[in-house]
Amino acid sequence: MNTELTGVIFTYLLTLALAIPLGRYIAKVFKGEKTWLDFLAPLDRFIFRFSGIDTKREMNWKQHLLALLTINSVWLIYAFVCLMAQGHLPLNPDANPGQSADTAFNTAISFLVNCNLQHYSGESGATYFTQHFVFMFLHFVSAATGIAALVVVFRAMKDKVTDKLGNFWEYFVKSITRVLLPISFVIAVIFAFNGMTTSYAGKDTFISMQGDTVHVSRGPVAPLVAIKHLGTNGGGWFGANSAHPIENPNYLTNTVELVAQCVIPIALVFALGFYLNKKKFAYVIFGVMTLGMLMLLIPTMNAELHGNPAIAKMGISQPNGAMEGKEVRFGPANSAYWSIMTTIISTGSVNSMHDSAMPVSGTMMLLGMMVNCFYGGCGVGILNFYIFIIVAVFISGLMVGRTPEFLGRKIEAREMKIASLIALLHPFIILVGLAISSYFLVNVAGADWAVKPSAWLNNPGTHGFSEMLYEYTSSAANNGSGFEGLGDGNIFWNYTTGIVMILGRFLPIIGPLAIAGLLANKKYIPESAGTLKSDTSTFGLMIFAVIVIIAALSFFPSLALGPIAEHFSLK
Amino acid sequence: MKTYLLPSIKLTLILIVLLAGIYPLAIAGIGKFTPGKGDGETISYKGRVVGYANIGQKFTKDEYFWGRPSAVDYNAAGSGGSNKGPSNPDYLKQVEGRIEDFMKHNPGVTRSQIPVELVTASGSGLDPDLSPAGAKVQVARVAKVRGLPVDAVNKLVDEHTEQPLLGLFGPAKVNVLKLNVALDGLKK
Repeated sequence: MNTELTGVIFTYLLTLALAIPLGRYIAKVFKGEKTWLDFLAPLDRFIFRFSGIDTKREMNWKQHLLALLTINSVWLIYAFVCLMAQGHLPLNPDANPGQSADTAFNTAISFLVNCNLQHYSGESGATYFTQHFVFMFLHFVSAATGIAALVVVFRAMKDKVTDKLGNFWEYFVKSITRVLLPISFVIAVIFAFNGMTTSYAGKDTFISMQGDTVHVSRGPVAPLVAIKHLGTNGGGWFGANSAHPIENPNYLTNTVELVAQCVIPIALVFALGFYLNKKKFAYVIFGVMTLGMLMLLIPTMNAELHGNPAIAKMGISQPNGAMEGKEVRFGPANSAYWSIMTTIISTGSVNSMHDSAMPVSGTMMLLGMMVNCFYGGCGVGILNFYIFIIVAVFISGLMVGRTPEFLGRKIEAREMKIASLIALLHPFIILVGLAISSYFLVNVAGADWAVKPSAWLNNPGTHGFSEMLYEYTSSAANNGSGFEGLGDGNIFWNYTTGIVMILGRFLPIIGPLAIAGLLANKKYIPESAGTLKSDTSTFGLMIFAVIVIIAALSFFPSLALGPIAEHFSLK
Repeated sequence: MKTYLLPSIKLTLILIVLLAGIYPLAIAGIGKFTPGKGDGETISYKGRVVGYANIGQKFTKDEYFWGRPSAVDYNAAGSGGSNKGPSNPDYLKQVEGRIEDFMKHNPGVTRSQIPVELVTASGSGLDPDLSPAGAKVQVARVAKVRGLPVDAVNKLVDEHTEQPLLGLFGPAKVNVLKLNVALDGLKK
């Protein structure tokens, strides 16, 4: 077996080996049990005292949501103001200007919602101040928001009938001080010793071997790249993201970045098992997610390792696979693995350019974001999965003719309405966005924007269509990767994707929290012979079927017009 | 909402200090003890900095090993790929042009000997590396232009081939800048 494939397998196994103990640790943190990081307790207490927060005051699900939405609104305003004013703020050694209102609107939302769609280039569109005080700050707190929301749902799934679901601030702060910050610190140190820059020095200039004058963008990259992956954010320092040789200098840093972005989403699945003491249920969820991951990964690896047939026809050898948009130090196999992990998990960082990937790979990446819960983002992946569980329980209940129950609670009309709305929201916002952009492309081609609609697409025909489909899918899934050829730096894309991102973030958090909160208040029915068991492989398959029908099939027509059509045209 | 607004603002302030202030400053402090002192590792030749170890630069002269095509022309104050789709006819024409150009500069090389990375643009536009095959295919040209024995240049490429991580994971590669610096050193 060649070293590129062993590298991929090693990376995945290492992720699992770390995710299981991490899951156990996370469960302990949120159960309030003793852990070896308890020496940080004074830091937590200081933060709470400074902020005037009493963590003993328990909240019901509505109060949790109110706290979550309030603090997110504060961050949105803060980020927007900083981005507009960055030209006048300190830490701007390269003298970059402030962002325009529409770009700042898009960027602020994008980082707030853990999406990190970037309609600017880090080298020229941001300053060291905004990279750290806006982007890196939001990297931490948006990931912690997702984890805290998930912990509320964990708590609600316990068998006690209650509307008291713990304290949001406590979950949120502990997500940072006990999980995200310590691990990021370790990762950033590894990066620093592997060639990632850490200093605040600005651009450097040198004369190359051939006598060209070259300017090199630098900056304190390592701390940002650590949390960018650990928090499944994906918003990079440089325009080329983790394909950039400073942002991802070698195979070791690449492995660390890959493990970092997958480890918390997978650990949270195991954490659910440890927290509720239902390990088998966690294994079923993990099994379904892993099955989905493999079904997307294998065709992608296959397509990339075979290379571009159009280039093969020119007589060029592609010993390891397609190389357009890829880096030699990672190779096609690893780039294929990264492109799937980053799209099923909502990271959206890239170590190769997705726009240049084979059409089969593009289809799989799109499907990964359309489903958006094979592992999924920090916290929100399981929240998305939760919706599919509710739908699957309901359908199974109908099939066997009894009232559907999940973990001892009856699922009734109200919960089902919420679940259906959330499940359909995702295709709705993507396809409506796609329809509007297609309309503008054809009918308003000459509109006087920064990038005219006629110049939006970097590729003709079906591939151009895929670029627009990818942009909205990535926005709605809060992924943030792109078919970056798309000319998205204008009012149209900044506002439409901004709105899609914000809907695609908060409604899928509100829905599951509401369902879980409502269920926790219902009478607990102990398990009996007639109970539908949620920890069996049959139920796992049922969930998988629901995901395929709802998430994948609703997108089939748009996929057929885009990457699937391109695949059959490529000979 | 009012009950939550004040704690939200205070919590935001304290977390900004911790996450955007203390955390990166601590990493910057540790970075001072790394090989490049946190500024990035540079390569010098005859006492002059000629580039960054990790950042690819433009080599177009026949006497040097060429790196990969770059969509940003190796502008290290920017970065990016071509973002061309695999079926784009203009793109395929461009690749064909690169093949012909390469064969013109490297007479005797057949198409099947050209590894794909030499005619496709990298993701960052700053890819510092080639595969060993991508360097080997240029040895004849470089040796001829410099009047060096082919064996000596071949040996240099072998010496500069970096094996996979721990010999087990990932591709082998050759850093083009380091190779070219060594090549200039060889002549004397």
